[in-house]
Amino acid sequence: MIKGKVWKFGDDVNTDVIYPGKYLSITADPVEMAKHSFETVHPNFIKEAKPGDIVVGGKFFGCGSSREQAVTCLKHFGIKAIIAESFARIYYRNAINLGLPILVCKGISSKVNQGDIVDIEFETGKIKNTTTGEELQATPLPAFIMEIINTGGLIPYLRQTAKK
Amino acid sequence: MTLAEKILARAGGKKIVAPGEIVTAKVDVAMSHENADVVLKAFREIGLKKVWASEKIVILFDHRIPAESERTAATHKRVREFVAEQGITHFYDMKLGICHQVLPEKGHSIPGQLLVGTDSHTTTHGAFGTFAAGIGGTEMAGVWATGEIWLRVPETIKIIVSGKFKKNVSAKDLILYIIGELGCDGADYKSVEFCGPTMDDMTIAGRMVLSNLSMEMGAKVAFCPVDKKTIEYVSSRNTNKSGTPTPLWRRIEIIKPDADASYEKVLEFDVSELEPQVACPHAVDNVKPVKEVKGLKIHQALLGSCTNGRLEDLASAAEILENKKVAESVRMLVIPASREIYLEAMKAGYLETFIKAGALILNPGCGPCLGGHQGLLAAGEVCISTTNRNFQARMGSPESFIYLASPATVAASAIKGEIAEAHE
Ligand code: SF4
Repeated sequence: MIKGKVWKFGDDVNTDVIYPGKYLSITADPVEMAKHSFETVHPNFIKEAKPGDIVVGGKFFGCGSSREQAVTCLKHFGIKAIIAESFARIYYRNAINLGLPILVCKGISSKVNQGDIVDIEFETGKIKNTTTGEELQATPLPAFIMEIINTGGLIPYLRQTAKK
Repeated sequence: MTLAEKILARAGGKKIVAPGEIVTAKVDVAMSHENADVVLKAFREIGLKKVWASEKIVILFDHRIPAESERTAATHKRVREFVAEQGITHFYDMKLGICHQVLPEKGHSIPGQLLVGTDSHTTTHGAFGTFAAGIGGTEMAGVWATGEIWLRVPETIKIIVSGKFKKNVSAKDLILYIIGELGCDGADYKSVEFCGPTMDDMTIAGRMVLSNLSMEMGAKVAFCPVDKKTIEYVSSRNTNKSGTPTPLWRRIEIIKPDADASYEKVLEFDVSELEPQVACPHAVDNVKPVKEVKGLKIHQALLGSCTNGRLEDLASAAEILENKKVAESVRMLVIPASREIYLEAMKAGYLETFIKAGALILNPGCGPCLGGHQGLLAAGEVCISTTNRNFQARMGSPESFIYLASPATVAASAIKGEIAEAHE
């Protein structure tokens, strides 16, 4: 279970907006990547968002390029989870592989506002907006995906299996 | 079964699969570009000494070549060292062009195979009947380690295309129109199968445009029909200089969806009356006929990319630019998609036409398509481009504007200094 403050975005937020192409030559420094999250189009994010916050998107969050920096930057910023109406498939996979919890929740855009505090229970997909008291149901993640996320992502997961 | 189902069943070692099912599939080709640096870092963290199969990994540089910064130069260097250490057979450095053009040219895109690439437009290889999907770098590290990947069997949308294109209307206009109709997530997580009489007539280059841009409606994979033309192309690319087929050659065969395959949706498009289309800022599904935006002043015209940097694209632009001049106020950039195309365009005289018209020719590669270097935009500037993404800030300033169109429209606009239709 995690609790966090909502940073809300609209529909079709693409990976160029989350992490601009001009910073793609940064490949090895996640802390520096984090500093450029949403930089060009939503400059307030890096100024005001805090580690522990939660990103909420509309439909088709993370569309566009396969760049996983668009997940890495948010993870290292300290974002604890991403919830959206729907995701672009590569973004969704990247989040799982990097161990950043990601949930599909129909209706979330109309049920939470910028700054609301939400409780998320990943195992069941239950989400509670503690600011309004409203409860929502996200699609819970399949067990094997939860296992990858809980281990911290695909790499630690494979490291474990390689040892076995 | 549909094409996607057939290929995933084969790669997953199953007789039959259905949409929604998750299969663990064996990968035939694993492609990476500059982001191989991200992959190798993750791979090292797993702690394995050797990649699963050094002959199945293809690596090349195309996104930032020649290195635009010291940081990129270091990236290139690290990857070269890894390639040497692992004995990766298919490494093309920065010499051949854009990945989605070079892999087919080098015979890596084969009907019925499973190809994954750390690039979203990996869908392009579906033009050859390859199940080709984009993945992220960490996931690729998993593939390098195990040779396997979990994939959800996608539902399939069938798109039947009929009719003959008007002069100066091409595959690019068709796919922009389709994306405009379906929306940018119209095929999210889905497989797309293009078929119909227009597809049978379409060149390999045209088919690659459709599979390439299907990514911009969210497609996981996008197939074109596998026919005699495909087999001829793929076989010719898998023959050694001496004329002997390479080992892969034996596996090249026609693959078709079953007659009773089940589709989530069947859509039909007739191209006979289709007019030139343009995707307006800042979304690829914000599509309008060119005539609705014509007259808009442009600053840059870009001809190239994995979408439209092939010989027939350059030919169609050269025909329009022959004995004409690019407007004084416009910077026109031409980027052939590969070295092979560069050379052919030179022999055909297209490059001379471009240079005489006042265009700049850049080395084969991605160039400004992803906003890395070679022609970025300042605030307030407008670019008409044959590339595949017009997202805000993609090519420079967040206050610049990208319009996506066909090579013919880009050439005509470059001459006029404003968005224009090719037949004017
Ligand atoms: S040309 Fe553009 S879209 Fe194609 S691979 Fe390069 S950056 Fe990506």
